[in-house]
Amino acid sequence: MSYSNKVAIALSLASITILSSSAASAHDFSAGDIRIGHPWSRAAPAAAPVMGAYLTLTNAGPEADTLVGGSTPLAERIEIHQMSIEDGVARMRPLPDGLEVAPGSSVALAPGGIHLMFIKPARPFAEGDRIEATLEFARAGSVRVEFVVQRNAEGKPDTATDHGGHTP
Amino acid sequence: MNRVRLFRICVWGAVVLLAGFLLVSTMLPEPQAPAEASTGTARVGGPFSLTSHEGERIDNQSLTGRPYLVFFGFTHCPEICPTTLFELTDLMSELGADAEKFEALFVTVDPERDTQALLASYMTSFDSRITALRGSSEETETTLRAFSAYAAKVPLEDGQYTMDHTTGVYLVRGDGSFGGTLDMHEPRDIRLQKLRRLAGS
Repeated sequence: MSYSNKVAIALSLASITILSSSAASAHDFSAGDIRIGHPWSRAAPAAAPVMGAYLTLTNAGPEADTLVGGSTPLAERIEIHQMSIEDGVARMRPLPDGLEVAPGSSVALAPGGIHLMFIKPARPFAEGDRIEATLEFARAGSVRVEFVVQRNAEGKPDTATDHGGHTP
Repeated sequence: MNRVRLFRICVWGAVVLLAGFLLVSTMLPEPQAPAEASTGTARVGGPFSLTSHEGERIDNQSLTGRPYLVFFGFTHCPEICPTTLFELTDLMSELGADAEKFEALFVTVDPERDTQALLASYMTSFDSRITALRGSSEETETTLRAFSAYAAKVPLEDGQYTMDHTTGVYLVRGDGSFGGTLDMHEPRDIRLQKLRRLAGS
């Protein structure tokens, strides 16, 4: 691996650490060369048939790996989707071949882009819940992770400062 | 003789071309469309009629004189729709009584899966002043047209489907005119200002 690659990885790992340390209860998981940064899911409305989930994947190894899917006892299945907004129109498409992470690179699954989708959750996920799941990688194999349920990407209880008061 | 014939053919050709051009240019509404979109007076807030998650009929007539905001979504939407609803809940909570001065409407573009019962349960997670609306597929189409909004069913491999849909929140003033849109990416203060202005319209 070249020096610049190493620097890139170090920087991306550092930025992930900085990002997740600002989020509520930052946590990481790893499998082989793959590191999974702060898996989280959005607190869902009552009866929501789907829920988005996010994380950051970093591949410190010399070869590409692919996130091919996942499962959880708390939902019918987990899919990998790509969301985009063009000309004010939101589109969502599954990534049936999974999500490749190139060697020495990092991919953020984040609101507004690629995300995991829990299909038919067994119950509404409430803020603060931890959702156990298994992610499957083509090379690194399966890895158990926990998704923290947050209201938003920042992990703040509310987007307002002192003006909370959401209907539960 | 040949030249005269050629001349005639050319003249008739020109006549046909001119007639065709005139016909097409009068049939195409194109020159007006951008003007309407920019002033927003004619293209947003046309007639529609839908049923609320509480079973009440709501149409553009029943909203006469009252400002409202409306956006399109569906419950099988993991991100934009719940986020917009949570953020509206948050903004309306900050606006307090000002939020009583306008209606907040969430129109499902997926009436097939979003039954009234599902919407009623879904809406318990948000500000109780937000109303979910659904209609038949024709009523939904009419409503989309009334706001120049777009939605389309997209089949997926496994027999399931998803919906493409317009994401903006439309603001309609008390006099029925289009008051712009609310973008959930713009600063919170701007969004609050826009909603206060809507409340006072």
